[in-house]
Amino acid sequence: MNKVYSRIESITGNVITVKAEGVRYGELAEVKTRFGASLAEVIRLDEGLVSLQVFAGGRGVSTGDEVRFLGHPMRVSFSDDLLGRIFDGAGEPRDGGPTLSENLITIAGPSVNPSKRIIPREMIRTGVPMIDLFNTLVKSQKLPIFSVSGEPYNQLLARIAMQAEVDIIILGGMGLKYDDYLFFKDTLEEGGALQKAIMFVHTAADPVVECLMVPDISLAVAERFALKGKNVLVLLTDMTNFADAMKEIAITQEQVPSNRGYPGDLYSQLASRYEKAVDFSDAGSITILAVTTMPGDDVTHPVPDNTGYITEGQYYLKGGRIEPFGSLSRLKQQVNGKTRADHRSIMDGMIKLYAAYKDTLEKKSMGFQMSAWDKKLLRYGEAFEREMMDLSVNIPLEAALDKGWEILASCFEPQETGLRTELIEKFWPKKTA
Amino acid sequence: MTKTTGTVTGVNGNMVGVRVQGAVSMNEVAYIRVDEKRLKSEVIRVRGDLVQVQVFEITKGIKVGDPVEFTGEMLSVELGPGLLGQIYDGLQNPLPEVAEKAGNFLEPGVYLDSLPRNKTWDFSPVAKVGDRVQRGDLLGTVPEGAFSHRIMVPFGLYGAYTVRSVRPAGAYRIDEPLVELEDERGNLVPVSMVFRWPVKRAIDCYAERLRPVQPMVTKNRIIDTFFPVAKGGTYCIPGPFGAGKTVLQQVTSRNADVDIVIIAACGERAGEVVETLKEFPELVDPRTGRSLMERTIIICNTSSMPVAAREASVYTAVTLAEYYRQMGLDVLLLADSTSRWAQAMREMSGRLEEIPGEEAFPAYLESVIASFYERAGIVRLRDGKTGSVTIGGTVSPAGGNFEEPVTQATLKVVGAFHGLSRERSDARKYPAIHPLDSWSKYKGIIEAPVVEYGREFLFRSAEVGAMMKVVGEEGTSLDDYIVYQKGEFLDAVYLQQNSFDPIDAAVAPERQKRSYALVLDVLSAEIAAKDKEDARQFFYALRQKFLDLNGAEYKSERYAALEAEIRALVAGRKKGVDPRGARLIERLE
Repeated sequence: MNKVYSRIESITGNVITVKAEGVRYGELAEVKTRFGASLAEVIRLDEGLVSLQVFAGGRGVSTGDEVRFLGHPMRVSFSDDLLGRIFDGAGEPRDGGPTLSENLITIAGPSVNPSKRIIPREMIRTGVPMIDLFNTLVKSQKLPIFSVSGEPYNQLLARIAMQAEVDIIILGGMGLKYDDYLFFKDTLEEGGALQKAIMFVHTAADPVVECLMVPDISLAVAERFALKGKNVLVLLTDMTNFADAMKEIAITQEQVPSNRGYPGDLYSQLASRYEKAVDFSDAGSITILAVTTMPGDDVTHPVPDNTGYITEGQYYLKGGRIEPFGSLSRLKQQVNGKTRADHRSIMDGMIKLYAAYKDTLEKKSMGFQMSAWDKKLLRYGEAFEREMMDLSVNIPLEAALDKGWEILASCFEPQETGLRTELIEKFWPKKTA
Repeated sequence: MTKTTGTVTGVNGNMVGVRVQGAVSMNEVAYIRVDEKRLKSEVIRVRGDLVQVQVFEITKGIKVGDPVEFTGEMLSVELGPGLLGQIYDGLQNPLPEVAEKAGNFLEPGVYLDSLPRNKTWDFSPVAKVGDRVQRGDLLGTVPEGAFSHRIMVPFGLYGAYTVRSVRPAGAYRIDEPLVELEDERGNLVPVSMVFRWPVKRAIDCYAERLRPVQPMVTKNRIIDTFFPVAKGGTYCIPGPFGAGKTVLQQVTSRNADVDIVIIAACGERAGEVVETLKEFPELVDPRTGRSLMERTIIICNTSSMPVAAREASVYTAVTLAEYYRQMGLDVLLLADSTSRWAQAMREMSGRLEEIPGEEAFPAYLESVIASFYERAGIVRLRDGKTGSVTIGGTVSPAGGNFEEPVTQATLKVVGAFHGLSRERSDARKYPAIHPLDSWSKYKGIIEAPVVEYGREFLFRSAEVGAMMKVVGEEGTSLDDYIVYQKGEFLDAVYLQQNSFDPIDAAVAPERQKRSYALVLDVLSAEIAAKDKEDARQFFYALRQKFLDLNGAEYKSERYAALEAEIRALVAGRKKGVDPRGARLIERLE
């Protein structure tokens, strides 16, 4: 019943134009090329001319190829059958399993009414002391991991995915190296978490347009599970690739670039994805952890910069560790008051001492003399880095707090820590005789 | 008159091209009919019979040939009793009611009455039959929360009118006609409690604008003392992410010494709005003893809501502020963040294929920002009362670099600049307003020369601090070192303020003056010290005492005791006094 058009007017990059009537903005079409059929999405209407971005890319598309409009926007099947499955950016199976076509839902739906949100109040335990203790992850939070390329950010994500106490994990991979994709798959399989996970993976070798679909598909599915009362953790890696894909499309579309070639709506585009993180007043929640690689370790680069304004804090991954300075969970105050009485004090106290250690390091490197206090700080700093900051440390929050006291006791006298007396009386490790 | 109609000819993002039959006006509202839905939009360019509109909703599903209805009206808001305590989106849709109707999501095409139609208000007439009135004149009042809400001649009724009839005192719904006016040609105009006004036109039914001279107290020491804001003035808070812009705005919205606070959350995080939404009804306004929500209006267009409505939201907010100013009230408008609004303009400008200016912002960016801030002001109404609108806007500069166009355009038009610094927020020095870079052109609660005396120490202390980084403590003279410690002391005990401490969070002007006098006592004293270590110990002890004082209730026994201890501590070390400082302390007391 849908009309087929057999003349393509122009092909620029991944965008083709067709003369067609009655087409809706955002509608999908199928383009049949000699390499097979590909989906395409309507991105502009101008009088009779329809512009479409072709998911499989513009390469090899001929002006004589057929375009058939499907009459609906991009959709994804939603059911419990998704669990344990792996798809690509167009929603097609990647794992050899059957194609799902039941209960199709539209992606990139409207925003949640702010009056239906609630103030987040539950922590998500990850087993990483630098997160649980110092910058607690909170249910419904949106947090990026700012990282330089080459840092073990995917390992960190995988570990959090394995250990986080959530009902469902959705992994959205954008421009993933094929090795990384296999790494995620293997890790989830080995850890037995695959049956509660869904993966939408675009690898670096796949067409760039499919990269743009990944966050929307992942979050649309997450939203449905959340509405069914599930607590969903969405992991997105890497959002910089997503932004770069947007840049690529915008430039071929001849849009005026705003900052380093990125389109002027970069902020709104990123925000409309991150803002899907939500705690519904009468249903489940979505928590988003996303990797943003910083080109050249530059936090003022447009992608991390715009992200920082949108998200509720950030984790800085540097030198294989989550840096305590610069990392921030804006929502931690909502939850760390009710974990254990010493949580906040240990959090602040240990960081203050670590900052003093950094000052001492600087003094040391400039050749100033080290006092007795400086030497204590040096010992403390090393212990802190080894036993807390190292990413291989894997202990629950309570054990991490105890470990904190242990480190303090091994380096300082109680009054040197600046902690309140009643806490010291209660928690300071007793000397074993 | 037949209504203008048109058909869609193109869609590009949230911009839609329409071919029209009939007359259209710039900024007119049009509805695009898509299936069963009507999507609201605004005309932003007219070229012959081709018109471009920006759509306030997701444009997915629109197709070429869809019918468009033009309303003939500019984008406007409803003004009347019942605005206070409301939570609106950028187009003045009440969000809780939208949730009741449409559920968890903001479905496109759901538009509801901004003011409840079924509620009644106790009307007391003031105008009498035969009175000659004009736009903005008082017709009667209704009580709204702690205020007497004025029912006025609608601002859109230009010309002179005579009152022909007035309903007696009693309870009425807002849309019931209460007064009948007759214009000069004998036409009768019914007037109810509610009327509409276009958001992009400033409300100007006052006698004259005055110079803002009276300080608007925020109970924030660094603002009230060092960088004050006047009632009817404007100020901006630029800062990188994580520097505490939003916390500062939230604290101000609680403590500011004004009648009404309007919060425009423009393109920011939904989570932050939710905090205000859930917490304000529980908090008590110290001025009225009622819930803080009763003096607050929230306009909420968070970052994931459609971009075009983001632009409308700041105008909606300022229009509501101007409306309450007409009642002789002091209104504070907090816009967070104006950068997102500027970005919305940039997006539209790009789609219109206008020639871009710096960083692709449109060339008219500066004039639009200027005319927005110019809607602030303190005015004398025609009945002699005064009312004010104060505007405080945050700016989120890309990369935290203040040289970018939005910050620069804003700095040109505001009266005070509270620049937040990453350096200070990283060091957990809150509020992170930079004491050396920031400025204010307004008069504060303390005379300028007295404030200047303290600020000189900050400058000199920063100089010594910078020098010390190079030559080390060893290479610094004891005198310089003491100046350095004095500056650090002023910073720690006066500029920094703990917004989580129940006492320190809000400091009344009287207490600020007394604290500042005590600080000056330290600054003006010539301190005797054996060596630097001795000086450091002395200032640490002093700082500890002063921080305790900041946490003590004003004029309590503990307060008096701590104050006496500090004075004794200083007196014990005083070997002389700077005569200029002493004179200034006298002026302060």
